[in-house]
Amino acid sequence: MNLSPSTENSMALMSRKIFVSLDTTARSKGSDKVATQAENILNSQPDLEAKLVRNGSRGMFWLEPLLEVNTPKGRVAYGPVKPEDVSEIINQQCFNDIVEHPLCLGFTEELPWFKSQQRLTFARVGIIDPIDVDDYINHGGFVGLTSALKKTAQQIVDEVKESGLRGRGGAAFPTGIKWQTVLDEPEQQKYIVCNADEGDSGTFADRMLMEGDPLVLIEGMIIAGLSVGANQGYIYLRSEYPQAQRILNLAIENAQAKGYLGENICGSKHSFHLEVRLGAGAYICGEETSLLESLEGKRGLVRAKPPLPAIEGLFGQPTVVNNVISLASVPYILSHGGASYRDFGMGRSRGTLPIQLAGNIAQGGLVELAFGISLNELLQQYGKGCKSKRPMRSVQVGGPLGAYLPEEQWHTALDYEEFASIGAVLGHGGIVVFDDTVDMAAQARFAMEFCEVESCGKCTPCRIGSVRGVEVIDKIIKNDNNEQIRQDNVNLLHDLCDTMEYGSLCAMGGMTPFPVRSALKYFPDDFLPQPSTEKAQ
Amino acid sequence: MAATNEQGLLQIASIIEQHQTLPGAMLPILHAIQDNLSFIPSNALPLIAKALNVSRAEVHGVISFYHHFRSEKPGTHVIEVCRGESCQAMGSRVLEENIKQRLAIDYHQTSKDSQYTLEPVYCLGNCACSPAIRIGDDIHGELDQQKFEQILESLNTYSLELK
Ligand SMILES: Cc1cc2nc3c(=O)[nH]c(=O)nc-3n(C[C@H](O)[C@H](O)[C@H](O)COP(=O)(O)O)c2cc1C
Ligand code: SF4
Ligand code: FES
Repeated sequence: MNLSPSTENSMALMSRKIFVSLDTTARSKGSDKVATQAENILNSQPDLEAKLVRNGSRGMFWLEPLLEVNTPKGRVAYGPVKPEDVSEIINQQCFNDIVEHPLCLGFTEELPWFKSQQRLTFARVGIIDPIDVDDYINHGGFVGLTSALKKTAQQIVDEVKESGLRGRGGAAFPTGIKWQTVLDEPEQQKYIVCNADEGDSGTFADRMLMEGDPLVLIEGMIIAGLSVGANQGYIYLRSEYPQAQRILNLAIENAQAKGYLGENICGSKHSFHLEVRLGAGAYICGEETSLLESLEGKRGLVRAKPPLPAIEGLFGQPTVVNNVISLASVPYILSHGGASYRDFGMGRSRGTLPIQLAGNIAQGGLVELAFGISLNELLQQYGKGCKSKRPMRSVQVGGPLGAYLPEEQWHTALDYEEFASIGAVLGHGGIVVFDDTVDMAAQARFAMEFCEVESCGKCTPCRIGSVRGVEVIDKIIKNDNNEQIRQDNVNLLHDLCDTMEYGSLCAMGGMTPFPVRSALKYFPDDFLPQPSTEKAQ
Repeated sequence: MAATNEQGLLQIASIIEQHQTLPGAMLPILHAIQDNLSFIPSNALPLIAKALNVSRAEVHGVISFYHHFRSEKPGTHVIEVCRGESCQAMGSRVLEENIKQRLAIDYHQTSKDSQYTLEPVYCLGNCACSPAIRIGDDIHGELDQQKFEQILESLNTYSLELK
């Protein structure tokens, strides 16, 4: 790739930046070593006049560590980069604007995978320095807050209602209606709680957002505070995310220093305080009432509803509990207008969904798109099939409580109602792919085992049902070729699933039957007696 | 539950004092104690209970509810292996078994030389590069047995350098 000579002058005026991600997954693939190498080169060659920026990730994880260099025409990407490649790349790119390096991918934003996305909430992730308030502002940050400060609380809530935004944490409840309930409560101490527990396997959108653009979450929470009259916010973050914790805390500190948090934000009469609180490795603490118990310092036992948290939430006060992505979508809605957000999507699923491609997938990562794309398009066009190069067999959508889908259902469009109609859920938008070596009976067993490990223990169907579930599945798997016994156990498993589904207090016990039943229904052969090595001996 | 010595108790008292006025101070206190002492000693419980005006049993109830908190001193390196579905799709079941064999311990156990403690986790958010493990604050992805050996080696070199 040769950038035309006419760009050279403007290049000289432009300060050069080298971008290497600090995202957890990028780091797990060695981005810190690449960044250190880049730093060393920049220090030893001051005439390069370039600066290293640790950004979030673009979400193309098969290309991490990705190194980008800015040019007047856009950022040029290289990846996956090893430390020993860095010197040559930087020298070629910064001095000559000529790129003939084998790792060069061209302009990042022209890559088909990236270009076809509709990034509203993730617009800045991978682009800016996550903790630099000025960089945030230069990329449209705090426009939503400025607009919200000119509105009444009711007008903010109306804007969110207009957008059609539904909670991205899984239950898909309309955010505007939740806020209205809290706003309508009489004047008293109210709270904004961000659910950053992201416990679902196969999901990492919350983490990527908090690591790549924490200020958009902070801005969303401030706006939520203005809209309901809350001056205190908590981000309940899972302890599995140490990097997100560091970055959030730095971002909060910087936002505070610039007057966006604390007393009299932006010179207004409003105040908003924000704190990060760590969970302690309990999946159930992602459930909103359990989360509130945990924040209060107790065991994370699920509370019966009503009362809703919106009326009696944290410390008994009216509380907005929203997912990271829900809150981070609000600044866009306030800066571009609710109608603009609403224009994306299909049916009653409005706006965009950050989709996470995980498991056995060649191109794993994050794609943000309007609702309505089919699962197949995602798996093939974006994911490019299995990483193992074997045929795909089963796809679990929506985390450990989501159904396993066989190929005949992959045409389903990403839309809350479409998924519900096939007995599945979209949840937090996590897609986990399995190839044809998967043993679906083992996956069904794991679903029960997971419920056993993570149940809060408050109600019997979930606490005891999951233990019995594991036992029954074991019996089915190990059965001694007696078809009658096998069938009895399968019937028993269905009964047990019914009891859990209808008798559980929350979706932990209530939805564990989803993966179990779907595995039984669509992959029945895996539950048949296998010619096991044990028996052969 | 294991106890701590006089010096540990002083540290705990100071942690409690720093955090006890926070609304919902229990988890922040427990985190700070475990971050500093690597576990939550039994003789910390009465101090926490008194400061937060709850019973000792309640503190114990909280500690035992959360997988992250531990009442025994762990090995030098806590190795957390992801058991989530995405990691399973990339072979974590076999990897788990190999790791257990390699370290000669099961989950929730510490190796005889006190070097390693093995814990299961359910998703590290690194699912696009499964299977994943966490050691300290470092997350490693696309793991296989060979990569695991390299990591163990680097841990050992590191701890030798410290001495
Ligand atoms: C077992 C269980 C686990 C949950 N885990 C999470 C989670 O990790 N993150 C999340 O945002 N919501 C989770 N939820 C949903 C929350 O209870 C709640 O609906 C959500 O935080 C509301 O925010 P939203 O309206 O913005 O989605 C979970 C629910 C259940 C039943
Ligand atoms: S269904 Fe399970 S997790 Fe939910 S309240 Fe009952 S015991 Fe607790
Ligand atoms: S399932 Fe293992 S990192 Fe997410």
